[in-house]
Amino acid sequence: MARGEVQLRGITKSFGAVDVIKGVDLNIAPGELVVFVGPSGCGKSTLLRLISGLEMPTGGSLHIGGRDVTLTHPAKRGIAMVFQSYALYPHMSVAENMGFGLKIAGVPKAEIQAKVAAAAEILQLTHLLDRKPRALSGGQRQRVAIGRCIVRQPEVFLFDEPLSNLDAALRGQMRVEIARLHAKLDATMVYVTHDQVEAMTLASKIVVLNAGKIEQIGAPIELYRNPANLFVAGFIGSPSMNFMKGKVVATDEAHVAVRLAAGTLRLPRRNAATAPGSSVTVGIRPEHFSIGEPDSDDIAFFEGEVELVERLGGETLAHLRVPALAEEGLTIVKLTGDAPLRIGSRLRIGVRLSHAHLFDADGRAVGTPSAKIAVAA
Amino acid sequence: MYENKTTGYLYIAPFLLGLATFTLFPFLSSFLLSFSDYQLQDPVAQANFTGLTNYREMAADATFHNSLWVTFLYVFVTVPLKLAFALFIAFVLNFKLRGIGFFRTAYYVPSILGGSVAIAVLWRYVFAGDGLINQVSIWLGGEPLNWLGEPGYALFTIVLLRLWQFGSAMVVFLAGLQNIPTDLYEAATIDGASKWRIFFTITLPLLTPVIFFNFIMQIVQAFQEFNGPYIITGGGPLKSTYLLPLMIYEEAFKYFNVGYASALSWALFVIIAIFTVIAFTSAKYWVFYGSERGDKK
Repeated sequence: MARGEVQLRGITKSFGAVDVIKGVDLNIAPGELVVFVGPSGCGKSTLLRLISGLEMPTGGSLHIGGRDVTLTHPAKRGIAMVFQSYALYPHMSVAENMGFGLKIAGVPKAEIQAKVAAAAEILQLTHLLDRKPRALSGGQRQRVAIGRCIVRQPEVFLFDEPLSNLDAALRGQMRVEIARLHAKLDATMVYVTHDQVEAMTLASKIVVLNAGKIEQIGAPIELYRNPANLFVAGFIGSPSMNFMKGKVVATDEAHVAVRLAAGTLRLPRRNAATAPGSSVTVGIRPEHFSIGEPDSDDIAFFEGEVELVERLGGETLAHLRVPALAEEGLTIVKLTGDAPLRIGSRLRIGVRLSHAHLFDADGRAVGTPSAKIAVAA
Repeated sequence: MYENKTTGYLYIAPFLLGLATFTLFPFLSSFLLSFSDYQLQDPVAQANFTGLTNYREMAADATFHNSLWVTFLYVFVTVPLKLAFALFIAFVLNFKLRGIGFFRTAYYVPSILGGSVAIAVLWRYVFAGDGLINQVSIWLGGEPLNWLGEPGYALFTIVLLRLWQFGSAMVVFLAGLQNIPTDLYEAATIDGASKWRIFFTITLPLLTPVIFFNFIMQIVQAFQEFNGPYIITGGGPLKSTYLLPLMIYEEAFKYFNVGYASALSWALFVIIAIFTVIAFTSAKYWVFYGSERGDKK
């Protein structure tokens, strides 16, 4: 196994009677930036802490760089961690914070200074080395926390929601910096976040967790295009995918007809079978609706009433009541920023059928949408 | 809105009255009396102004010198010992263990009784010639010791009584320990620091404001220790436990030299003030204020 490779085999973790991690198998290749996402309490931070060694697993094994480190002390695992709160030692200067681990390891002073200086250079912290953490801004503190990791030259960097204490503008900026750092260091990174924008933009691989189990692993665009189940479909993408309950009424060689509340969708046939009469859920992302498009085989039109309009500038989110699609609840539709919408008005919206998702009664995806999204290599 | 001030003043009147009667008046009158030859057994007699006579007498008084020495010894032994002991217990009681709430209470309750007369009386019996300590010592095959009759041992018994009162300092330490973010310990663990090293490089520096607070409080209280020597040893043997507050008490209420006792009180006040000022001045070299947490940005 190569340096920086991480393997989790049947990892479980219980706190008393509560099973927090329920058997996780995961391979992380060297140099990958893997993001754990999931709702609060899904176990993503616990899983990261298990990799760090701050928590010990109840069962299973963990390998880093080919070594079994299941019971190894955190300092000897070849990991370094960035905490949500930065966890900088408040009474030490930036340089002391960054060099603390090396000092404990007995590294000669000159070498510590050189490594700290090199890390500071990468993170543009050189002019701040003598300051105490409290004299730094949030973004600078986060860079110091990252610098503390860099000087240790770990096999694996662990990030525990590192940007959630920052304001929105700084978060965007730090996100870019972390992506750049990953490209520069070419190190394995495991990153926990509940922010799917962070997950989508940073990850080479996303691990979606729910209730202590992995729901799906894949590249960001893969999870967006082909969510394996209702949970992932609802979690990835913002605003969330619209779900409509229905029944398969007919199938033929080219189509699956699904009867919804008061309308029928003739979806392109899946690469998996559905029996007529079975209960299904149709999922359509807000961005796969449109208005004012000409009729075509790929578009089905429905009438809806506008109940709420959220104008975000570049785009507009319209919350519509569409009786044909759903008996209750609103359908969220993402339109252009200048879409002419008025609350209470009626709207004719088109659904791109080739982008629709279909889930069986157990919530598992039935095949994949037929539309292909062009992704630049 | 400010019309009904009288009601407000009435509410704080009991406190103001108490402050004036029991603090401000004795404070000022003792200062004036320290320049007089006022005698308590003759209350109607006039207090004659004697200038600095009491203070000059103090400078030449061997009993005062002895008391000063014993008091310093007592303070410099008890304060560090008590702080270290309170911190140690707080550290242990900070562990996340089952039933830790019970242990915290169990350790705190007896020690708040430590300053009471009852515990001092108990102490006298425990350390008496046929007291509990000697009986246990004999039972274990040891020699009984004359705890209250030997100068060295007698001071030790009242030092021990003060250590027993570690509760309030411990509670403050415990609060301070709980204020240190767990993340810092975890970061230090990942950095490879041993528990021992974490204690000295993370816990102690971050605890310095609390140590400082406890240090000042303990210094001020230790200089004023009265119950122990008064009840347990009566200042003896050979004035080996004749702390300054006991001397002040005896000068005033046994020998009725209120003028001289007032001068002694003011000497004690100045000594405490000097130590407090030294502590505050030194704080900037060893007390670390400020947390890394706080403002978003």
